[in-house]
Amino acid sequence: MSLSIEHLLGLDGVPKEDIEAILETAFSFREVLERPIKKVPSLQGKTVVNLFFEPSTRTRLSFEIAEKRLSADIINFSASVSSLEKGESLKDTVQNILAMKVDGIVIRHSDPGAAKLLTKFVDAAVINAGDGTHEHPTQALLDMMSIKEKLGTLEDINVAIVGDIKHSRVALSNIFGLKTMGANVFLCGPPTFIPVGVETLGVRVLKDIDEVLEIADVVNVLRIQRERQGRGYIPSLREYRARFGLTKERLDKIKRRLVIMHPGPMNRGVEIDSEVAESEHSIILHQVLNGVAVRMAVLFLLLGGKKE
Amino acid sequence: MNERVKLKVADENSINRTITRLTHEILEKNKGIYNLVIVGIRTRGEYIAKRVAEKIEKIENVKMQIGVLDVVLYRDDLRLRTKIPKVQISDIPFEIDDKTVVLVDDVIYTGRTTRAALDALVDYGRPAKIQLAVLVDRGGREMPICPDYIGMKLPVSVGEEVRVKVKEVDGEDGVFIVEVVDES
Repeated sequence: MSLSIEHLLGLDGVPKEDIEAILETAFSFREVLERPIKKVPSLQGKTVVNLFFEPSTRTRLSFEIAEKRLSADIINFSASVSSLEKGESLKDTVQNILAMKVDGIVIRHSDPGAAKLLTKFVDAAVINAGDGTHEHPTQALLDMMSIKEKLGTLEDINVAIVGDIKHSRVALSNIFGLKTMGANVFLCGPPTFIPVGVETLGVRVLKDIDEVLEIADVVNVLRIQRERQGRGYIPSLREYRARFGLTKERLDKIKRRLVIMHPGPMNRGVEIDSEVAESEHSIILHQVLNGVAVRMAVLFLLLGGKKE
Repeated sequence: MNERVKLKVADENSINRTITRLTHEILEKNKGIYNLVIVGIRTRGEYIAKRVAEKIEKIENVKMQIGVLDVVLYRDDLRLRTKIPKVQISDIPFEIDDKTVVLVDDVIYTGRTTRAALDALVDYGRPAKIQLAVLVDRGGREMPICPDYIGMKLPVSVGEEVRVKVKEVDGEDGVFIVEVVDES
């Protein structure tokens, strides 16, 4: 088994066979995470550097734990305590790190395309851990794994992504990945949060969340980025909750099985109610566990063997 | 790479008789089934293990605990490969602490798979004993590993391989000596 891709920069253009291989391997790693000793020697002797140019808690911790479970050696780098503060360029910083002979790079950066740029001047597998508002492929993969675990398939199911699509890297990676795997994707949110021309990606935009809840098998609720609220995207958080929030009242009307997801961190009482987040429909904590398994699978498949 | 069958060494009946003998040897050496569990190594070891367990159940009239171990993540040749073998789920749904684990595989050759299996097994707990049962020992060990129970010994030449087929995976039971033909 080997992937056709050398780096994981996004899910745009990643073939179905690669996604299937990653998900299948991730399910095997889930079993490793449930053993008394949750560690395997598969990446012994490999060095991975986690380059975080933007703050992140869960993604960084998830990658770090995945690397440790595979017995890789880890270097953690965060921009705020580095020579970037002294004006060093990204290229120089990375080339200095690579001179220390690393095999893999996990990068989070605020600029779309930063991960791709790295691949042009490094000889290591690059994994995009979020590049601005562009892509966040491992989050989408863990979402797909969680859906598959719950529903058994990704083929021909209705997945709704609700919220701030425009500023979300999670949404874009989810759209690419889910479409490749044969799911139907619906988007829902205020017009200011829906990118112009998004329908060209093969998705349907719905304005009414109650209509979404009627047809969806899965609802992936995105975080309202409170830090953007001063910029007039939505009139108020209260109004957002009333029109697009996944509230207990809305959920109570649904009499069938629904899968509710959220990539975190959640604004409880805004885009999702606490009762909904903790209901039997919610698989939010499964997503966190699957995140470690998916990242183990990606690291293992990209770094495990010898390069051809 | 292609394979040409040179010789069929054992058929279904012959394999069945061999597994019956292995089962009796396991029971004799362990003086019964007290604390005994069976773990098969994927892929074909799993099915040999299931047959051993079924025979023990018939002879002793008890239900055996049986697990399956995938050793890909523990192999020492991963970093040398361009293609990574498919990782599958291990399934050992019971405690192995203080148990006698009979590890079952179809063929033993270099001993590297067994070494990987021993590493994998101790990540599940601390067995009192680990024993190794194989259907075929083809010689050529690169590690100091010696099975406790051997179905048949088949020393084969360089360029030849031993293939064990089981109905569940291959549609037929049989042990074959094959010649590996490099067509490139």
